[in-house]
Amino acid sequence: MGRIVLNQVSKSFGSTEVIPPLDLAIEDGEFAVFVGPSGCGKSTLLRLIAGLEDVSGGVVQIDGKDMTDVPPAKRGLAMVFQSYALYPHMTVRKNIAFPLRMAKMPKAEVNKRVNDAAEILNLTDYIDRRPGQLSGGQRQRVAIGRAIVREPSAFLFDEPLSNLDAALRGGMRLEISEMHKRLDTTMIYVTHDQVEAMTMADKIVVLQAGVIEQVGSPLELYRAPCNVFVAGFIGSPRMNLLTGAEAQKHNATTIGIRPEHLSISNESGTWEGTVGVSEHLGSDSFFHVQCAAFENPLTVRADGGLELSYGSKVFLSPDMAHMHYFDANGLRIE
Amino acid sequence: MATQQSRSAARLMMAPAVVLLMGWMLVPLIMTLFFSFKKYVPLRGDTIGNGLDWVGLQNYERFISSSSFWPSVQTTLIIVISVLLITIFLGVLLALLLDQPMWGQGVIRILVISPFFVMPTVSALVWKNMFMDPVNGILAHLWKFFGAEPIQWLSHESLPSIIMIVSWQWLPFATLILLTAIQSLDREQLEAAEMDGAQRLKRFWHIVLPHLSRAITIVILIQTIFLLSIFAEIFVTTGGAFGTKTLTYLIFQRVFDSQNIGLGSAGGVYAIILANIVAIFLMRIVGKNLDK
Repeated sequence: MGRIVLNQVSKSFGSTEVIPPLDLAIEDGEFAVFVGPSGCGKSTLLRLIAGLEDVSGGVVQIDGKDMTDVPPAKRGLAMVFQSYALYPHMTVRKNIAFPLRMAKMPKAEVNKRVNDAAEILNLTDYIDRRPGQLSGGQRQRVAIGRAIVREPSAFLFDEPLSNLDAALRGGMRLEISEMHKRLDTTMIYVTHDQVEAMTMADKIVVLQAGVIEQVGSPLELYRAPCNVFVAGFIGSPRMNLLTGAEAQKHNATTIGIRPEHLSISNESGTWEGTVGVSEHLGSDSFFHVQCAAFENPLTVRADGGLELSYGSKVFLSPDMAHMHYFDANGLRIE
Repeated sequence: MATQQSRSAARLMMAPAVVLLMGWMLVPLIMTLFFSFKKYVPLRGDTIGNGLDWVGLQNYERFISSSSFWPSVQTTLIIVISVLLITIFLGVLLALLLDQPMWGQGVIRILVISPFFVMPTVSALVWKNMFMDPVNGILAHLWKFFGAEPIQWLSHESLPSIIMIVSWQWLPFATLILLTAIQSLDREQLEAAEMDGAQRLKRFWHIVLPHLSRAITIVILIQTIFLLSIFAEIFVTTGGAFGTKTLTYLIFQRVFDSQNIGLGSAGGVYAIILANIVAIFLMRIVGKNLDK
């Protein structure tokens, strides 16, 4: 069980309001990702749920119980920190056993749970080492191990993969997703990386300046971003957001078209432009095309086989079915 | 320090310091060793110019068989160990306190550290005349205020008094080192422990104290080296009377009061041996601790 409900929760540090009152519900067993640029309050929101920060107003409910004034340890949540926060003077075994020892669990049960966790996380070979002797990925696993032995009602992850290199990050992403499927426990995951958000989440919560911009499944957010911010934030490379005369033609202030919904042609198309920098990834190629109609260059995604030289003339055509329209307030027009 | 050239340049540049240090250490050490095997009592007309008589190990035997030798070793150890215990215990508490955010933090920290800047002689005199004087001292007034008989600190409670003075001097040092160690503790570790259900005391015991262990060993090592040779505090307060004669003080008495340089030198050699025994023990403990 782990249904987490925030009701008019707000947070101020002194006179600065970091999080204006907000409502949010995370269902039992759900993988929720808080995503947003740095400084958007996503980590603070997580810490409010964990109880590491006191709320300035509102109510935090876990499984229907008011947990607003309950100390962190009694909320039944486990947290994985960005720096892993392993205890450097303890072995892996002692690190993982620490929450159980604090809960005064019998020795046999502690050993059983620690061994199980170590097995699940492939840590059995390192169980008697100290964190200083482990690689980044292994430390990450120990931190997760310390969280899962408690059998919490929900896991909180605070940017857990940001200290790992790209290859390892991909692997850990998969492992955490798989762990979620197996344990079927609520997880709240904070990240600034929208790729992590898209790939792992059941529900993405997009935050900006402490305000929830949109809540929805990854594909909902991808297909129908509710405002310009979400449109620009979700998707990689980012959506082309265009203003000016072209947008006025569609009775909108801003129009958005994703790089994958633009097609490129040498002969004819809607907009004419010159090719700037090309990025070849092998499977895809991204071209930055400067069009006369727009101030900023457009990013176009094309097949990896396509090669265009710098400065060559091309035509771009948007797929009108995937065009997004936004009004003067940046809100989506259906 | 990769190339041959930079390595030899480094050697060349370090040479003056090495030579100076060697001279500084080796000359007095060799002279002490030399005198310790000689009869050298200037009042009886012994001079280096006339040549000194070789007496073998006589000085060593006399020094160790003197009735004040073992008591002085005991006094030294009592002072060192007590001061270490007090400064580390109070130092950890003070460091924890100073780590809390509070108004006027910078000024308070400087005030706490300030005793360290007072010269030993001065602080001992201040303690002797302003605090511990049985007639005019603040402590005497305090005792009288509560209707108690003032304690004759330096004569009746001489060893605790000396320990108090020296602890007061070294507490800032311990506090400073421990405070910086506490500040280097990762906040997320404490938060993780809090999430893991560790109460305040448990957090201190399982997270903060192990984190401080390295700083504590460093404090022990450095303080021991200096505490073994405290002298001014004893000289200006009790003058070695009332059971406050440490090994250092005994050597001083042999050389200056009894004017027996040979005997004092033998005592100096014993002090070197004692210091080295302690140092070896400490190094082993510290070495083990620092490896982690």
